[in-house]
Amino acid sequence: MHRSFIARHPSVLVFLALLALFTLAVTVLSEGFGVGVISTSFVKTLGKTLCLCLVAVAMDLIWGYAGILSLGHFAFFGLGGYMIGMWLMFERTRHIVEGALADAALPPTPEEIEAAIGNQVFGVVGSSDLPLIWSFADSLAIQLALVVLVPGLLALVFGWLAFRARVTGVYLSILTQAMTLGLALYLFQNASGLRGNNGLSGLQNLPGVTAPQSEVSLWFFWASALALALGYLLSAWLVSGKFGSVIRGIRDNEARVRFLGYSVEHYKLAIFTLTACIAGIAGALYYPQAGIINPAEIAPIASIYLAVWVAIGGRGRLYGAVIGTAFVSLLSSWFTGGQAPDLTVAGYRVAWVDWWLVLLGLSFVAVTLYAPRGIAGGLERLAGRRKDTAS
Amino acid sequence: MSTLLEVSGVTVSFDGFRAINNLSFQIGEAELRAVIGPNGAGKTTFMDIVTGKTRPDSGHVLYGERSASLIGMSEAKIAQAGIGRKFQKPTVFEDQTVQANLLMALRKPRGPLAVLLYRPSPADLARVAELADEIGLGDQLERPSGELSHGQKQWLEIGMLLAQDPRLLLVDEPAAGMTPAEREKTTAILVEAARTRAVVVVEHDMEFVRRLNCKVTVLHEGAVLAEGSLDHVTRNQDVIDVYLGR
Repeated sequence: MHRSFIARHPSVLVFLALLALFTLAVTVLSEGFGVGVISTSFVKTLGKTLCLCLVAVAMDLIWGYAGILSLGHFAFFGLGGYMIGMWLMFERTRHIVEGALADAALPPTPEEIEAAIGNQVFGVVGSSDLPLIWSFADSLAIQLALVVLVPGLLALVFGWLAFRARVTGVYLSILTQAMTLGLALYLFQNASGLRGNNGLSGLQNLPGVTAPQSEVSLWFFWASALALALGYLLSAWLVSGKFGSVIRGIRDNEARVRFLGYSVEHYKLAIFTLTACIAGIAGALYYPQAGIINPAEIAPIASIYLAVWVAIGGRGRLYGAVIGTAFVSLLSSWFTGGQAPDLTVAGYRVAWVDWWLVLLGLSFVAVTLYAPRGIAGGLERLAGRRKDTAS
Repeated sequence: MSTLLEVSGVTVSFDGFRAINNLSFQIGEAELRAVIGPNGAGKTTFMDIVTGKTRPDSGHVLYGERSASLIGMSEAKIAQAGIGRKFQKPTVFEDQTVQANLLMALRKPRGPLAVLLYRPSPADLARVAELADEIGLGDQLERPSGELSHGQKQWLEIGMLLAQDPRLLLVDEPAAGMTPAEREKTTAILVEAARTRAVVVVEHDMEFVRRLNCKVTVLHEGAVLAEGSLDHVTRNQDVIDVYLGR
């Protein structure tokens, strides 16, 4: 009973080892620090994929383990991106503004600098004042804290209202869709203080850093890999003990857990809020690699994709969420990036950019009907069969 | 013998239908009681009221030596106060082992943080093994409970209730779908449990009730029709008319 957590769960160690190996391989093959086989933009794609895997692990916790089909977790992901984006954009603009004003006869006052930053950042939405929510945009430490606090607080308030009213099942899913839609519509407004539909841009440029993108991309890639490793470890630990027992119990029979004396609502709220915080962190690492965030990112469909990835990978298995997300999102960028050769079927030209969504939809239906345990379930069956034939 | 649970003048209606009609019911500290009655007599609704699932329109539900009111308390709080409930259908957590099921039920702090940091002590594991022996699952601890037979699941659920160390146990049709041998064992488990706590068994099966050999309460249309020994109530003309005569 006193064996370490890792020793009792060797699959976690296998996952971490594979992730480390993958990280090393990408580094060695990269342009920044390696032989240059993998382009910088592909390093970014891989780094972004790791972030998506992290939010998928969170999704698996809330849906696969606790049985709450949240279709709003991309809202938390996007909020995390916005919070770090504010600092990136503010600080970078400040560097540019200070550079431009350095040649002036009189050194610029702090007020003049702030006004110039406001003008630069908000000119695009016809304003020149920094809104109140940008008060701490000059502090990396505070904005990093907000990456966790803002999604966490939104989840806490939303979850408290929804779970206390005992909203469950499909009604809760619809409510979470409404939440992410509401947030997206709010952010689309110019008056939201986050540049409306323009969103925040230029996020790939780190303020005060002169290193080329080929290197910066790897820093973020490593940070994403580390975050995924830590998130995976935390999630695996969380579901391994009695807490995992209770949340799986809530998934399978909520009433039974309640009559055992557990306050089901508190558990749901805890796991909902925690996964929102993880999603926020994933988003904060994703958007500097994407370079831009705008409200379309948190449209309702984004959270539905998240559920599709986890379902295809196999929910209720953390590595399933990672496999499904990596597989589907990389395939998706291959098909929609114009690299997939178009097919001609009976004189009709199948352009994958358009037809990929149809393919994805059909695979989702197929997985739901014929392989409810997803790719991970299939792998486990294969492994089981091999063991049977070997023995 | 002092009263553990006192239900008095409780009424509850669903869309105009009076499921419970001015029901009064008492049970002592260490007592076995069978509740019988035809379908729709309000047996399950009675359990729903005591365990906090349904809120009565009027009346009192008092529990414990300080006669605390249970009305308005959450299901979880009522369970923590020492009232355990077994459902009609066996409800165990099928993808978890017998041991995990029992550990979850064991009387321990129930808050998320306490549960997150909980690691079973040797004493806890010993208690789980002891409970598993009592319910005849001593050699099945590592088995996923979904693989158990119907009867074994029923016992596991009873074992989970015992693990909560409740003062009052509400058991809904424990013998349904069991073989005669399984029924006998179920009877023994319940009689043993009632030596140190109050046990209320809702049952259809008259033979099973006879074997429990305890005081019987007959419900009809949401109220108590008769109460006493099984022989006493089965001789009651009202009971014969509404229930046994059919």
